[in-house]
Amino acid sequence: MTDRSAGATHRYRTAGFDAGLRRRRRRETVLKGLGILSIAIAIGMLVTLFGSIFWQARTAFVQTQIGLEIDIAAEEFEGGADATASAIKGASFRGMVRDALYDRLGGRPDSRAARRDMGAIVSADAPFQLMQDVLDNPDLIGQTRMFWLPASDDVHNLVQGVIDPDTPAADLPVGERVMGWLEELEAQNAIRSAFAWDLFLRSDSRDPEVAGIFAGVVGSALMLTVTLLVSLPLGVAAAVYLEEFAPRNWFTKVIDANIRNLAAVPSIVFGLLALAVFIRVFGMPRSSPLVGGLALSLLTLPTMIIAARAAIAAVPPSLRTAAMELGASKMQTVTKVVLPNALPGILTGTIISMAEALGETAPLLMIGMIAFVADPPSGFLDPAAPLPVQIYTWSTSPERAFAAKTAAAIIVLLLFLFLMNALAIYLRDRLQKKW
Amino acid sequence: MVTQMEAPLEIARPDSQPATSRPDVEEKMICREVNVFYGDFHAIRNATLDIHAREVLALMGPSGCGKSTFLRCLNRMNDAVENARVTGTILLDGEDIYAPGIDPVHVRTRVGMVAQAPNPFPKSVYDNIAFGPRLHGFVKGRAELDDLVERSLRRAGLWDEVKDKLDERGTDLSGGQQQRLCIARAIANDPEVLLMDEPVSSLDPNAAAVIENLITELSEEYSIVLITHSMEQTRRVTDRTAFFYLGEIAEAGPTAEVFENPQDERTVDFIRGAFG
Repeated sequence: MTDRSAGATHRYRTAGFDAGLRRRRRRETVLKGLGILSIAIAIGMLVTLFGSIFWQARTAFVQTQIGLEIDIAAEEFEGGADATASAIKGASFRGMVRDALYDRLGGRPDSRAARRDMGAIVSADAPFQLMQDVLDNPDLIGQTRMFWLPASDDVHNLVQGVIDPDTPAADLPVGERVMGWLEELEAQNAIRSAFAWDLFLRSDSRDPEVAGIFAGVVGSALMLTVTLLVSLPLGVAAAVYLEEFAPRNWFTKVIDANIRNLAAVPSIVFGLLALAVFIRVFGMPRSSPLVGGLALSLLTLPTMIIAARAAIAAVPPSLRTAAMELGASKMQTVTKVVLPNALPGILTGTIISMAEALGETAPLLMIGMIAFVADPPSGFLDPAAPLPVQIYTWSTSPERAFAAKTAAAIIVLLLFLFLMNALAIYLRDRLQKKW
Repeated sequence: MVTQMEAPLEIARPDSQPATSRPDVEEKMICREVNVFYGDFHAIRNATLDIHAREVLALMGPSGCGKSTFLRCLNRMNDAVENARVTGTILLDGEDIYAPGIDPVHVRTRVGMVAQAPNPFPKSVYDNIAFGPRLHGFVKGRAELDDLVERSLRRAGLWDEVKDKLDERGTDLSGGQQQRLCIARAIANDPEVLLMDEPVSSLDPNAAAVIENLITELSEEYSIVLITHSMEQTRRVTDRTAFFYLGEIAEAGPTAEVFENPQDERTVDFIRGAFG
């Protein structure tokens, strides 16, 4: 028994059918090609971005240092070899560094301008580093020792090749005689490149050669702590209420729609809100991690609630029923069955919104977290400049060496973001539930 | 929520004898004129049914006839369903379980339930069983809890299979083992009535046979209300059968009687259809 007309097979053998087939294949190839092209463009952009950042940052990870034989003469100190800390702080380390430089470079120059130029070979921060060394180890008083002190940013840029030494003299940041001194130092093996621990261990400075991100990292950590402590409990509580307890009526629908809208509000608006409420109304200290953390909580709460709700909604209803059938009250069902099973999802959402908060800059500018902060904050009420703001401040600084510092700080920030996202993915895969 | 029907007040007094009681049977639960509405939908119409102590009662009928809804009335699980409204009287040992002062948690502890599809918690076998007792604080100390877990698993006929893997996740067991785990979990609460909604529908014949034997054994201590679609199973394990049809109880009586000599036309059709 067959309904097929005799010529049916014939239809698949016509030239028209073959042409149609070829056309379909061609379209498929074009579509595939377009897809590959767009991915190639995306990868190209990413590589360019990371490539340029890493290229920019390369000189920030090394510190150019000048080696000087410094005579820490006892007579410079009040009280000699037994000088107290305050006496050490009163001594002229700047003079000692200068004298050592003069010794290295063939005596004290006659002109004031030349003396100033020579002094500017080492960082303005070098005397303070020397003072710190002596404070840490007062036995140095009365000794003559070799110290490696950071060079100034211009010297650093010349030595590391950021500025081509062959550029016309008029365009160089330093004069002809400084170039000569640098050659002399080079010849004496008194210039070296060391790993720039200062980048990680020191805080912001006016001198780019010794500026570091430590205060920024501490500020970000304190701020995220506040954000986590505020938005995790609030977010989970709101999600539990909305998913498990709230009646499904127009009021909860309005709340639901508003939470989704809040997640799309530009972050700077939350900064304005934080400024108006936390600083103006409640009088909390400006620039503090407390206010910054609260502002970021406003920002992360909607994301957090949405993520937590999704995780709670994903817990199979059969488990809730099972708990209730065994006589669990609503509260026990939530705490003993729903939340433990929603935890991986909630954690993943938390980490991702924390990562989002870590990279946020705009709201922090609104609440005055853009101050120059030379010391890491020691509490939640101290002024702080978190990492993204540090990047912003450095990027607007005129000194050329800050460009490399900016790129280096971006790498560190990206590294933190990458680690947090990796942790979120790991937790998601590791704790994934089989129902 | 509950509309009190005629004469429930006298019945509700624990010491008064229910009007329908016969001297030879002990009534565990009494349902009078039970109606359930889901919004505008009238799911159960005037269901009146008794559940005797230590019997297996089968609820049968075509899909969607209200068996599960009726079952959920018996442990107040309909409370959790939105828009659900229950009227009528349901007494457990002479006490109205829908009375205002009664906590559904209390009812569900006394009237246990095993769902159609096994739904163990994604925790260890041990923690699955210990869930109820821990909630209610029934046991003191680890030793007593260990003892209760073992006893419950033994009664559910699962102990020999899982005694070496109490720390493994309940969800990793086979389907039949999961179903017995859920039964063990329910009886760990030591309920007086056990409700089972098609407990073997997802199991192979061997696993089903294990659970059927278990039901027979458990009926020596508990009242069991069982929803099933299998005539064979009903004949094998139940004492009485109630036929549901479109939300009404068409007929109820001793299983053999109802099967051999059905009185209601709808029951006749159902039994003929099921066998034919």
